[in-house]
Amino acid sequence: MGNEDGPKQATIIVFSGALDKVMAGFIIATTAAAMGMEVTMFFTFWGLSALKQDGPAAADCERNWMQKMLGMMLPRRAADLPLSQLNMGGMGAGMLKQIMAQKNFSSLPELIETAIDLEVRMIACQMSMDAMGICREELIDAVEVAGAATYVGVAQDAAINLFIS
Amino acid sequence: MADETLDCKGLACPMPIVKMAKQAKLMEPGDTLTVQADDPGFEPDVQAWVSAQGHELVSLDEADGVFTAVIEIK
Repeated sequence: MGNEDGPKQATIIVFSGALDKVMAGFIIATTAAAMGMEVTMFFTFWGLSALKQDGPAAADCERNWMQKMLGMMLPRRAADLPLSQLNMGGMGAGMLKQIMAQKNFSSLPELIETAIDLEVRMIACQMSMDAMGICREELIDAVEVAGAATYVGVAQDAAINLFIS
Repeated sequence: MADETLDCKGLACPMPIVKMAKQAKLMEPGDTLTVQADDPGFEPDVQAWVSAQGHELVSLDEADGVFTAVIEIK
């Protein structure tokens, strides 16, 4: 899939499910899109938590007991992600969010909305979803579900490839 | 030719750039976009954005912590 004549491409793998790291990924993604790049984000493992949406959909999802436990322990939506450092049972994340709101920084849900608005392509890793017992219905509508080959297909022609771990 | 003004005061990175990109898409070559922002990162960032997009930065001034960029859309 050559792309010599089209816009430059950027790809970001979001492996982390930490608020600070996911925000960094979305800030780069939205900036790259605003600078005219075609941006693809690939969410795998803990990163999938950032794409979850509130709702009863999780109840209908078929899971074994281990996946159910995982689902109970992981954040249920982007706004609930913990910090990678100094989370202190959520207190650190709460304080950071308060500071960011005071300074009029965009919140993670707002950054996700902006990314959707700028047509950033968001791909959820099918294998990670299977492993962790996450159903399509639990994720925000803008997400597409695909595998690593879809990511590599884009990344091989991209000018920027980042991995947020 | 149209002149548009965008008030990005109070907005933090990356929102001024995002707003400029959305506004620029609605404009024609030769139009002038004037942007005001008070994010300290705006000064280098607007130059990077203009250069990546191929527009022309006509002027970039600062007064009382507010940057005013005048951009010619290419």
